[in-house]
Amino acid sequence: MFYREAGDFKTSYVDDQQTFPIRFDRWGVRVLLLVAFLVVPFLINDYWEKSILIPFLVWSLAALGLNILTGYCGLVSLGTGGFMAVGAYASYKIMTAFPEVNIFFVILLSGGVTALVGILFGLPSLRIKGFYLAVATLAAQFFLIWLFNKAPWFYNYSASGQITVPERSVFGIVVTGPEAASWATYLFCLVFVVLFAFVARNLTRGRLGRSWMAIRDMDIAAEIIGVPPLQAKLSAFAVSSFYIGLAGALFFSVYLGAIEPTEAFNIDKSFLVLFMIIIGGLGSIFGSFVGAAFMVLLPVLFKNIMVGGFGWPTDMVQHFIFVLVGGLIMFFLIVEPHGLAQLWRVTKEKLRLWPFPH
Amino acid sequence: MSPVVLNTIEVILNGLMTGVMYSLVALGFVLIFKASGIFNYAQGVLALFAALTLVGFQTGQVPFAHVINATFGTDYHHWGEGMNTVLAILLTMAVMVLLAWLVERLVLRHLVNQEPIILFMATIGLAFFLEGLGDLMWGANIKVLDVGLPSGGSFWWEDVTRTWAAEGTEYWGMYIDVLDVWAAGIAVVLVVVLTLFSQYTETGRALRAVADDHQAALTVGISLRTIWVVVWSIAGFVALVAGIMWGAKSGVQFSLSLIALKALPVLILGGFTSIPGAIVGGLIIGVGEKLFEFAIGPMIGGATENWFAYVLALFFLMFRPQGLFGERIIERV
Repeated sequence: MFYREAGDFKTSYVDDQQTFPIRFDRWGVRVLLLVAFLVVPFLINDYWEKSILIPFLVWSLAALGLNILTGYCGLVSLGTGGFMAVGAYASYKIMTAFPEVNIFFVILLSGGVTALVGILFGLPSLRIKGFYLAVATLAAQFFLIWLFNKAPWFYNYSASGQITVPERSVFGIVVTGPEAASWATYLFCLVFVVLFAFVARNLTRGRLGRSWMAIRDMDIAAEIIGVPPLQAKLSAFAVSSFYIGLAGALFFSVYLGAIEPTEAFNIDKSFLVLFMIIIGGLGSIFGSFVGAAFMVLLPVLFKNIMVGGFGWPTDMVQHFIFVLVGGLIMFFLIVEPHGLAQLWRVTKEKLRLWPFPH
Repeated sequence: MSPVVLNTIEVILNGLMTGVMYSLVALGFVLIFKASGIFNYAQGVLALFAALTLVGFQTGQVPFAHVINATFGTDYHHWGEGMNTVLAILLTMAVMVLLAWLVERLVLRHLVNQEPIILFMATIGLAFFLEGLGDLMWGANIKVLDVGLPSGGSFWWEDVTRTWAAEGTEYWGMYIDVLDVWAAGIAVVLVVVLTLFSQYTETGRALRAVADDHQAALTVGISLRTIWVVVWSIAGFVALVAGIMWGAKSGVQFSLSLIALKALPVLILGGFTSIPGAIVGGLIIGVGEKLFEFAIGPMIGGATENWFAYVLALFFLMFRPQGLFGERIIERV
């Protein structure tokens, strides 16, 4: 009834090309943003911040990044953990070397640094593809983590080899370190996520996004019709690494506060993000969010049910979650290769025709 | 000979031995890839799962004991003294065949004609599934696997090599693990058996036909589904052998499945479709990473074995994307 284009007259090109063509969607997003910015900060407590909301926001950014590379450009990367580590260490080095720079720009700069590293490791993608490339990105994963472990310059020669975030604030409000309030860290992450989700959405709708998709669908054909593969692939690596770098910087500075690279950014993180975009939906911005929410909430839910409800030991629940996640990955690839986002797309189509589907 | 030369020889020898172990895992990858075009990420976890199951049968553990105990408050752990090693190996093999059948039935059958990368991701899911399942079934603690193979350093070899050193130098002989030598022998036997199997048996010929061309194989009446089960069973068998060797070497534990990751650069070097390639690739990676660690490692902080293989593969890919022995990649629109 209410979910359709009919009756929503567009009188200019700008109107015609807006992100959400259906009025209901536009209002939905506005309400969601209002709730996220104005209601949640008042309700948030430490548990929700640390175990659900901040992880969700950080992993959403990482999933967005990987989705740009894998979902839109068709290049599979298993180096996400390594690139997140680059973001984290870049933010640490910038914060400690230039204490006067605002944390907001520190995070952006870390994304930039990661983008450069991403381009470097993306160079082989010009010659190889598919799982050959996946293996090549493993080099990034293992080499970068090793580098951050072995080169003391990166952790400022601290004795433990850990990096710990110094206290930084935005407009006088502390957002990093142990003193930061829940609502402040939440809002800080939220600003990045909303801003860059918007950027990603529009990038993928534009010329650049279309060239990525052309490369994904068939790179030789794309090259023949005039899409430059060098530009398309390297820009995908750069943009994707930028997002993943942002996620890594936020993961370190806002979420964990102190990290040790082998634990925090191991290969499991790369798989986690890959699973997010498979379950959420390859090549979908919305899917990145759904996938991140799913993978963040699933372990929390099962821990609560099984440890709290059945009294199972924690490590067993952990293994059970492994089985479940593995099973779900196979299930989704078989039944719905386009992920949860596709289910939402189908629902929307149905809603448009409702109540007269024929 | 001076001790430096001798040390280098020792490093190379040990590298070769490690390389053989990598090749064992890589073999399983190649087999599945040739027959079905699936890049089976779960091969390493298959090895872990096989080793876990073998230990479970050997020591007579009750499967899912922890889950049952936690759910029903019971206290089962073992159903007896365990069983004979040979019987346990046979039973484990049966489990691997069953697993192959289930994988074909429940997963692969539904993914026919999908893109290779989708299949690859499905096997990552399978890897996670098996990893969790193995731990749930047999417990996550590190287990000792003993199938009666000799292990430990060889004194004979130490004595022989000590005489090689130049007069008056301090040299105590080379260390070489007997188990590694056994592994090398078993790998050679395995390759010979697999080659004979694919050359001279009917099933082997069918396997090669499928590897050549799926559709052509179908038209001459070869059942793809049966072949896939057979291939996954063989891969399960190779995984079992690899699991036994790795398990005997370093205990049955989670890190076993990380070996699979090491097998990936091995494959890239050797080419995905070549069995000799898997062996040569494994040897190159094994020797390369040991030599690099020995010669350059101390200068840059050590532990270079973590990434050397991948970086080597990365550079290799830039110049020869199809690997040393792989078939030429021809792309058409």
